[in-house]
Amino acid sequence: MLELRSITAGYTRNAPVVRDVSLTVAAGESVGLLGPSGCGKSTLARVAALLHRPDSGTLLLDGEPVRHWRHRAPRALRTAFGVVFQQARLSADPRLPLTDLIAEPLRATGRGREADDRTAELAPIVGLTPDLLTRRPHEVSDGQLQRACLARALVLRPRLLVCDEMTAMLDASTAAALVAAVESYRASTGAALLAVGHDRTLLERWCDRTVHWDVLA
Amino acid sequence: MTCDAPVPAGAPAEPEWRAHGPKRRSTRALRVRTSAALVAATVLAVLLVPPLVQLDQQAVDLAAKLQPPSWAHPFGTDDVGRDLLLRCVYGLRVSLLVGVAAALTATVVGTAVGAAAGALGGWADRALMRVVDTFSSVPHLLLGIFIVAMFRPGVWPVVISVALTHWLSTARIVRAEVLSLRSRPYIDAAVSGGASRWRVAVRHLLPAVLPQAALAAVLMVPHAMWHESALSFLGLGLPTHTASLGTLIQGARGSLLAGQWWPTLFPGLFLIVPTLAIAGLAGAWRERINPRHRSELML
Repeated sequence: MLELRSITAGYTRNAPVVRDVSLTVAAGESVGLLGPSGCGKSTLARVAALLHRPDSGTLLLDGEPVRHWRHRAPRALRTAFGVVFQQARLSADPRLPLTDLIAEPLRATGRGREADDRTAELAPIVGLTPDLLTRRPHEVSDGQLQRACLARALVLRPRLLVCDEMTAMLDASTAAALVAAVESYRASTGAALLAVGHDRTLLERWCDRTVHWDVLA
Repeated sequence: MTCDAPVPAGAPAEPEWRAHGPKRRSTRALRVRTSAALVAATVLAVLLVPPLVQLDQQAVDLAAKLQPPSWAHPFGTDDVGRDLLLRCVYGLRVSLLVGVAAALTATVVGTAVGAAAGALGGWADRALMRVVDTFSSVPHLLLGIFIVAMFRPGVWPVVISVALTHWLSTARIVRAEVLSLRSRPYIDAAVSGGASRWRVAVRHLLPAVLPQAALAAVLMVPHAMWHESALSFLGLGLPTHTASLGTLIQGARGSLLAGQWWPTLFPGLFLIVPTLAIAGLAGAWRERINPRHRSELML
């Protein structure tokens, strides 16, 4: 479903963070990408989610090469990916209550009418109570905020989930709850998963296949 | 020296830096209260005096020209016998209008340009910032004089002139803020959620920079008032029959040489006191938003 071929990417010219990396995620498959911090796995995840344009290489989605990234990518392509970032605090707009945070992708794609139903549907799946939904990010814990961020990633029913160190900042029980929520979503929709992390035990238990960064680079 | 060293007898119980705390806080509170009272008095005066006091500020009385302050004319009269207190209030009204209108226009233009540059990035950012650099490379009073010279004297040419020379710093502040926000993961999340550029800018970036922009606008009001006075003093701003603080001071220059101090002193005070009060309030607001930035008066 998603194929990354010889991707080279970075943030400054002549100093790529990711050098000539290839990775394939089949439809419905869950792939764990394991590596030490700073090796470039988050950058690869951003490239895979169409958030960062690579310097060279090809990205194939369902066999079709993707030519544009970020805003230039067609909306249907961008929203095929659901992304959860490591730091929930930074990945939530501090002004939006959790209910608006979760519904934001629906409103941005002109489907605001579904917002209430979809939020009510997702909140129990990720473990958010109704009173938490009315709070703003600074009024909830990191774990609660990450639950909302996962709900936001799922709200458009993506075909591929990219979880970039989703559980790195969380305690074991919250991590387990979030992984369970992802797995129940995948079981019901058959979505694929690219989970990035440095916790070998977690990724090996969670994913069908775990790839170490050293093998790729 | 360690923290738990015994305090020698006779030494102040509180460390030096802590002893300053309440005192500094109380002077700040006094400054804020004084500024707020003066701003309130200014606003009330310019809003209430013209409709309530049925006196003609243009009424000429040559028999009473250049009279020193008295009960009948608390600020004295000018060289054609007009009451200076009334002229000062009307002048302050015009200066305040020009200041607020110019500051608002400059802030709207600066925020729009800065947000567009920061949000679009790439060549649009480079082009817009070169426009900002080009405007900044010309001394802004000179550019302002050039702009007013293109129009007939009046209030709006002065507003345009001050606004067009003062949006640059706001544009830079807003652009820097937007650039730092743009790389946050929550913007990535919005992009991934299908948000258009416009939606990212309006929903996520602009609301985050609005407090900074509003503060820049308030800080600019006194500065814009001084610019209006400077242009009018040079005879380029408002027509001389329109009372503004600048035209009042300009018209009174001759009588100052003859020893009559009141026609210049009172318009001067009307310019200095309200602008200091607005700057004082804005400074206190800035300290609240950004406590690391100790405020200095900015005009």
